[in-house]
Amino acid sequence: MPRSAGAGFFINHVILGIFCPHYKGLSHPETIVTDMSEPIAATTISARALARSFGTHVAVNNIALELKRGEVLGFLGPNGAGKTTTMQMLTGNLAPTRGAISICGIDLLEQPAAAKARIGYLPEVPPLYRDLTVDEYLTLAAKLHRVPRARRAEATANAKQRCGLADVGAKLIGNLSKGYKQRVGLAQAIVHGPDVVILDEPTVGLDPNQIREIRGLIRELGGLHSVILSTHILPEVEAACDRVQIMHHGNIVYSDTIAALKQFHSGATVLLGLRRPPPLDELAAVPGVAAVEAVEPTMFRVQFTPGSDPSEVLVARSVASRWDLYQLKPAQTSLEDVFVNLTQTEQTETS
Amino acid sequence: MIFTIAGKELKALFASPLAWVVLTVVQVIVGYAFLRRLDDFLRLQSQLMQMASPPGATELVAAPTFAAAAVVLLFAVPILAMRLIAEERRNQTMVLLMSAPVSMSEIVVGKFLGVTAFLLVVVLLTALMPLSLAAGTRLDYGLLAGLAAGLALLAASFAAVSLFVSCLTVHPVAAAIGAFAALLGMMLTGEATSEGLRARGWHLAAELAQVFSPVKNFEPFGKGMLDSYAIACAVLLIVAFLALAIRQLEAARLRG
Repeated sequence: MPRSAGAGFFINHVILGIFCPHYKGLSHPETIVTDMSEPIAATTISARALARSFGTHVAVNNIALELKRGEVLGFLGPNGAGKTTTMQMLTGNLAPTRGAISICGIDLLEQPAAAKARIGYLPEVPPLYRDLTVDEYLTLAAKLHRVPRARRAEATANAKQRCGLADVGAKLIGNLSKGYKQRVGLAQAIVHGPDVVILDEPTVGLDPNQIREIRGLIRELGGLHSVILSTHILPEVEAACDRVQIMHHGNIVYSDTIAALKQFHSGATVLLGLRRPPPLDELAAVPGVAAVEAVEPTMFRVQFTPGSDPSEVLVARSVASRWDLYQLKPAQTSLEDVFVNLTQTEQTETS
Repeated sequence: MIFTIAGKELKALFASPLAWVVLTVVQVIVGYAFLRRLDDFLRLQSQLMQMASPPGATELVAAPTFAAAAVVLLFAVPILAMRLIAEERRNQTMVLLMSAPVSMSEIVVGKFLGVTAFLLVVVLLTALMPLSLAAGTRLDYGLLAGLAAGLALLAASFAAVSLFVSCLTVHPVAAAIGAFAALLGMMLTGEATSEGLRARGWHLAAELAQVFSPVKNFEPFGKGMLDSYAIACAVLLIVAFLALAIRQLEAARLRG
């Protein structure tokens, strides 16, 4: 099968490319492209009109999803929004009721083997065999993902090194702590150098240092692979992702880049603390202020008109008119704002 | 890829205490049956000497030893097979196989071969006991080989049925009990159904019913016969249940 031969060739290149900085291909990315028996698809994952029902319950309703090479997509949503169901469908663990999924241009439903070879998946519960050692387990994962025999030792060694597992290779997985188990799960997802890495809440149960490491790793993965990251932790998305999609009741209710999000919402709302506040009208009259609302007698939520930032004016006025300013801070992270707004207005979504 | 999965199953079996417990229990029970038979055989020596063509040690000791092993397997195989699918689904490790570029048939056949390879070890250990008699008497190696082949086919049939039942539930113990009930049911009703159908004159249906009577298929081997019909029945049974298992897993992926 010429197609899978091409895929194998590609995977070798990617593995060598990520894992060995000295590998020639990495310093000359153009040579990889010209070497290819098939061109690298710019879109690594694309799902159209994807839907899934369980009986009468619609878990995922007609969503579309697209991911470009090198992009990190943050996948957000409250519990039960359909995130895990979507991820199970994208990885071929669950058949969609309707819709099409293609991985690097290969249809997941028509050619599951070729498409799955390009995906690495870390589910919510890492699929670990407690009775195997880390080395045995990663070798098994590499074999299952058709990493050629000659590259296997190298691929597992590098996956271990990247996930900080170099010292625990000979330990039984059942004896590892939760954080290490999570890392083994992550190593399993990247051992074959997939084009798309899908991570379902990868930082749950880790300590803050480990979370930082994993985030760093996700950023690093985003360089060559595409990553879909599902999480509840909003700062994580702002720190690690290029783009964000919010899911609610099986629909995608928001999709934008983090950059656009930050630009649009930067300083949009601030909390202003004044010990001797003036009447609300006076505050609202400051140029660039769209609305003012008293949270407490001395605390105000000031909303700016889009694109303007009258913080300095507010400080200057406060000094001039002796309002006794004691606090001025952004009201919420921008993403949290969007998330809460979209997922708490239940009625508008369902109708 | 099939052999990767089969190898993984074997490794997982031997990494867990289950395999060693099963091997020990089989050895103790079959060893006891073997020694009892050997004792009887030695006590009956004087009477046997007076017969015109007395049955040998293979017929009187080896055949019942293999029959005892078959009974023990009836209990052991469902427990070994419950791990295959039900426990993997319960521990959520099935995802590793389902996300890998491996087809459902490769998963099922690989798992079947893995557990069957383990059962071949049991057959081999059982065969070693009568083989040890070669030190003191002449053995009928043809009959011994027939018995071993029969037990291997029987074990594989049990494994296929138990593997299918393992696909039906995510509760390992329910899978084990279900598989045991299915095997026992087939044993008890298979032959009676076959005879009943034959009495009504439905010969073809009667022959087909024999496919679902794995123990009946074992009988010709015990007489030293390599019955191609019995072999065909066993192979048909295995293929049928593996196909059902694949279908069941595919359906589970659709159903969620």
